Amino acid sequence: MPFTLKKKPKNAPIKPRSASKHNAAPLTLINPFSEEPATIGLEYMTREQLDEFGRELDAVRQRVLDDLGQKDADYIRRVIKTQRAAEVAGRIGIFMPFFPPAFVAGIASLGVAKILDNMEIGHNVMHGQYDWMNDPMVNGARYEWDNVAPAQDWKHGHNYIHHTYTNIHGMDRDIGYNLLRIDPDQPWYGTHRFNLPLATVLMFVFEWGVMYHGVELDQYLQGKISKDDFQARKKRAMKKIRKQIVKDYVAWPALGLALVPFVGWWAPLAILGANVGANVIRNIWTFLIIFCGHFPAEVETFAEEDAQNESRGQWYLRQLLGSANISGSAPFHVLTGNLSYQIEHHLFPDIPARRYPEVAEDVKRLVEKYGLKYNTGRLSKQLRSVARQLAVYGAKPSDPLKVGNSPESKALRRAKREEAARRLELAGETQLTS
Amino acid sequence: MGVIRKALTSRPVTTLTSPNTIDDYLEHIHPMLAAANVRARVVAVHRETGEASTVVMRPNGAWKGFVPGQHVQFGVEVEGKRRIRVFSVSSSRAAGRRKGRGRTFSVSVKAHPDGYVSQFLHQELQPGTIVYLSQAEGEFVLPREVPANLLLVSGGSGVTPVMSMLRTLRDTGHRGQVTFLHYARSRDDEMFTGELDEIAATTDFRVVRVYTRQPAPGAELAGRFQVDHLKHLGVDASDTLTYVCGPAGLIATVRDTYDELGAGDQLRLEYFKVPTVDLDAADATGTLSFEDTAIAAPNTGATILEQAELAGLKPDFGCRMGVCNTCAIKKNSGAVRHVVSGEVNANTDETIKICVQVPIGDVAVAL
Repeated sequence: MPFTLKKKPKNAPIKPRSASKHNAAPLTLINPFSEEPATIGLEYMTREQLDEFGRELDAVRQRVLDDLGQKDADYIRRVIKTQRAAEVAGRIGIFMPFFPPAFVAGIASLGVAKILDNMEIGHNVMHGQYDWMNDPMVNGARYEWDNVAPAQDWKHGHNYIHHTYTNIHGMDRDIGYNLLRIDPDQPWYGTHRFNLPLATVLMFVFEWGVMYHGVELDQYLQGKISKDDFQARKKRAMKKIRKQIVKDYVAWPALGLALVPFVGWWAPLAILGANVGANVIRNIWTFLIIFCGHFPAEVETFAEEDAQNESRGQWYLRQLLGSANISGSAPFHVLTGNLSYQIEHHLFPDIPARRYPEVAEDVKRLVEKYGLKYNTGRLSKQLRSVARQLAVYGAKPSDPLKVGNSPESKALRRAKREEAARRLELAGETQLTS
Repeated sequence: MGVIRKALTSRPVTTLTSPNTIDDYLEHIHPMLAAANVRARVVAVHRETGEASTVVMRPNGAWKGFVPGQHVQFGVEVEGKRRIRVFSVSSSRAAGRRKGRGRTFSVSVKAHPDGYVSQFLHQELQPGTIVYLSQAEGEFVLPREVPANLLLVSGGSGVTPVMSMLRTLRDTGHRGQVTFLHYARSRDDEMFTGELDEIAATTDFRVVRVYTRQPAPGAELAGRFQVDHLKHLGVDASDTLTYVCGPAGLIATVRDTYDELGAGDQLRLEYFKVPTVDLDAADATGTLSFEDTAIAAPNTGATILEQAELAGLKPDFGCRMGVCNTCAIKKNSGAVRHVVSGEVNANTDETIKICVQVPIGDVAVAL
């Protein structure tokens, strides 16, 4: 085995240091001015119990990791094989616009293929759930999905921001996606009157919403990301959009030109329409599953101040309280990418999703032990809850502090900014960017 | 097949399969079917010595062939996990063609006591298994025009790449002066013994083997490499293209000798080194190597992410608590410990989240 020769350097006499201090908050949740521990979860358990809770969940995680092997590899490959078969069958089906049963089945099959690719394969692989297999085909850093949102920016917004700062106001950009008001602690703006119609439109074009969310125009306008960063995001998004549009709406319909002599001038248009249909099927499905994962009533949200300096146990608890499950049959769970086990997914985002049902048993045991809430219900129940939230929180609140552009809110925000600037000046530190 | 392969990897096809490649579909029809991914089926596994074996493989059409002296990344899947090591090709470039069944080639491997893949190859690998390969890589190769005088020096299992050269020179009827000088501990410990005897008897090549621990009775040379060995063989270093492959000690000696003789430019070197993994190493020992940037620093005992930042690198990161996978990179070799669970991972070529892993002893990562 070839290696370049390098002289083995003498080790500097460095004191051995144990690296066990990682039972701590993620980087930007550390309060630079105070070491006071976070208050999350104190209404449910003591600090000792929170630590024990964290240790118990760490043990569950480790037990699953130790058990990963052939069956998990076989499972994801079987799903991928099914996805590829559904995609090929779908592409063949939509090439038969002259035979409506095959054509319609083709649209459905292609829609299912896109759902499997986005959910059980793409979402989970990009979390690094299968990195341990060391197979480039299922490597989280390498995978790109069949969706207009580029993987890189989605991973940043989802894996990092959303999964680390879950349901913290001002940090998790997935609370209402900067478009909807689904929580009483979000400031109300005029557009929120249209919560329900906006959400309905978003449902049909969901992949575009995900892509736009990843470009982070709002962050750029607020000065939270640099112009270079923003331009790079825009460029990546345009490139991915081009690829997806050329594939679904140009290249495949163009192949349909071959059908024109036999079927008629409308054959390419039928294929184009079928591609649109499959994408919309996927959009509706992913929208429903994702909205039911965090937006039903009783899902908790948090203030940044409460989460600063949180412990590992508190981080776990925040994930548990901030997510909701959907109950259903085994095929249903596969089609949701096992995101119907949203709670388990948020506790352990990087263990293969097929393990969530088994993990759920442990989670329920701990929920019972510590008297916590475990939010679960059928899709219809969770959906009704989400719709009710959208309707209720779309109405203008009577409290002026809840209205985003009321004079009271503006004054409060200014006061907070000045306070932060004053503390920074005192600490003589440069501003931390989130 | 060349035209079809070209068509399958062409722009129009990639446009239609985007974001996947055609191989993402073909592999589900048959695992050997691929336009770009190199796969091979194991045809036979031969025991060379008590510790070494040769694996004969028939690659799929994506394999572009090798030049004698090159190596290949060799991956086997065990318990769902692909394990990858780099092995030298040992077969002749000219051999391995059988009508209608495609070409074969082989790698030869000495089982390392801690080497998972080499042990697996030696003990368990069965014919029919599909293995995952890279294209052949490496610059330690014979020139297109082989010069009149050639010396091939090897030690231990470093014989494999020069064996590929020797076999190719034999099979192509090379007429020049070729000297093959090999150092092994004993005859029992030597790979390819029978074939080397045969080459010595049937060709004009000078094949000399030195058994350092159990010298053969009446052997012309003894002990480790020294300048007298060259003199005895009548090799004029300044006029002989020389290939050396083996342990670092042998290479250092040969290099020093050639430098003294003013013949350093004739030397081509390939190091054979199995990365050491010391699971019991204390905290903060060894060296952390960032191989993509060729930076190495003493292990401070902090996480790899922190040490990389200290070394002036700017790796991607997110949560810094092992959740978001943003910092996941390849660890090329060495053992690491998870700071939360304490779990130790010592596999070659595995993906790790560097924000929650500390190195144990020597570790090399792709940064």
